[in-house]
Amino acid sequence: MNEKTMLEEDLREQEVDQAECIFCNENIVYEKPDTLLDTPMHYCPGCGHGVAHRLIAEVISELGIQENTIGVAPVGCAVFAYNYLNIDMQEAAHGRASAVATGIKRVMPEKYVFSYQGDGDLAAIGTAETIHTCNRGENILIVFINNAIYGMTGGQMAPTTLPGMKTTTSPFGRDVLTMGNPLKITEIVATLPGVYYCTRTAVNTPANVRRAKKAILKSFEYQKLNKGLCFVEIVSDCPSNWKMNPVQANKWLEENMLPYYPLGDLKVPNEKEN
Amino acid sequence: MKESRLMKGNEALAEAVIRSGCDAYFGYPITPQSEILEYLSLEAHKRTGMVVLQAESEVASINMVYGAAGTGKRAMTSSSSPGISLMQEGISYIACAELPCLLVNVVRGGPGLGTIQPSQGDYFQAVKGGGHGDYRMIVLAPSNVQEMVDFVRLGFDLAFKWRNPVMILADGALGQMMEKVELFEQMQRKTNIEPWATVGKPKDRERNIITSLHIKPDKMEEINLHLQAKYKEIEKEETRFATIDCDDAEVILTAYGLVARICQKAAQLARAKGIKVGVFRPKTLFPFPYDAINKLAAKENIKGFLDVEMNAGQMVEDVRLAVNGQKKVEFHGRMGGIVPSPEEILAKIEEKFVGELV
Repeated sequence: MNEKTMLEEDLREQEVDQAECIFCNENIVYEKPDTLLDTPMHYCPGCGHGVAHRLIAEVISELGIQENTIGVAPVGCAVFAYNYLNIDMQEAAHGRASAVATGIKRVMPEKYVFSYQGDGDLAAIGTAETIHTCNRGENILIVFINNAIYGMTGGQMAPTTLPGMKTTTSPFGRDVLTMGNPLKITEIVATLPGVYYCTRTAVNTPANVRRAKKAILKSFEYQKLNKGLCFVEIVSDCPSNWKMNPVQANKWLEENMLPYYPLGDLKVPNEKEN
Repeated sequence: MKESRLMKGNEALAEAVIRSGCDAYFGYPITPQSEILEYLSLEAHKRTGMVVLQAESEVASINMVYGAAGTGKRAMTSSSSPGISLMQEGISYIACAELPCLLVNVVRGGPGLGTIQPSQGDYFQAVKGGGHGDYRMIVLAPSNVQEMVDFVRLGFDLAFKWRNPVMILADGALGQMMEKVELFEQMQRKTNIEPWATVGKPKDRERNIITSLHIKPDKMEEINLHLQAKYKEIEKEETRFATIDCDDAEVILTAYGLVARICQKAAQLARAKGIKVGVFRPKTLFPFPYDAINKLAAKENIKGFLDVEMNAGQMVEDVRLAVNGQKKVEFHGRMGGIVPSPEEILAKIEEKFVGELV
């Protein structure tokens, strides 16, 4: 062991001592919800999935519905969501999560069911299932993670990739004349009568994270009341495939994603009718 | 007491679905089996409360079955050839995740959009896999409308016994023709909760995960070995077949489904001419009755086999594997929705075997 590493060891020990001092019981302001498992997440630094998972886990724990909730995670970066959430879950084929969720909910209408889908899954290969599940007004929650790229397969163009945005399959930037415009699927599903609540949130700032959590919480509450489909889009970062560091990614999201995908409610329940 | 009715094959099957205590049916219209969805839409919910849902596609149907089957309920779908092709990805997922469910293929002529007339062109797809990866379905081949009824109950029983998808492989004629059937009594909907089902995780058990994803190769091989071991057990325990007049026969007709009945008539015509013909009919196509055919082939009085199918020769490959060169195996097939007649089968027997027969 050379002198430098010895010094590093000492520093690390000091840090641990300090940490122990800070993280004592009386200082705790936040605890990991029991719906979130201790398994280290495979997500890249700065990825929005981890935050979105935590929000779902917090809401499930706070509502005390862990024993009555079934989640569906299809192919995509979040296909391993079941490794992190301490609830019964089904993994679904690419694009089919909302059909799988329909199957679960129809035979167990008293349970809470949600699907957690990425943009490629929900708005490309699974568009038909998305539209029709929403149109039937299935009494489930669809969480839609929009990071404008295929993460798991390594950064290919997604249906929500922005005009001009470079990906491995739009290496010169998305040319809307040949590749089409980014699909605003959330705006589309908001027009369907079966959709009860539809909103777009993000996880790039603490304020937006809080808003996203509120949307998820509301959606589960509506599901309890059999109100119909709730759709929560979460605009999210993919620093690795955007080829940025997490700070740059958050900035890029703010400056590029949010103007195209403005945050806010797209459909809110008419409270008078209720 | 058993109830007898004159019923169309598709409707008899749908009636059996209701009586089997099925929890959920998801389907999409396609000829020649749309009566199943129609009959269930009219009857099922009010009688047993079962879920009947017309999906937006066969792709959605099979994935709804996946979801519902993952909760341990009796779930099913039905379709015809092109629709079943669309379901193959989902079936592969279901087989790997070991979800019990019932699938019905009322086969029509292909390839492509083909014809709405009966065919057996989907034997390979049903029996050898169809979707990606190494998996098997248990495949039941009804030969009459009565078996369209009986195999529904058997199908659900086998699906849950083995946690495996079961397919009833019928054809357009069986779906459309009317026969007298005896219906079994109404069974209860399922109330027990399967220990593996995703129904919400109580505090005192580990979470249940329905998945076919195992990214580490050693784990994925373990899953494969487990599935293969299960299929071996299924071969041992569930092989079903029927033999008609095989004891003294010199020529054996091998056929499944509707064609086996036509072969029975052909065998009668042959016997009237002094040619001793028997019929061997597999009722399960997976597991295939290799041993029974192999033993039959070893009998001295048997000169050979004529396999008859409504396709270009699919099951005949399994018959040849079973006979294993002991006797000659001839083939007669019709395609494109043509049903072979007893007379043409007789002519084939005479062409291929008379002269060799003592």
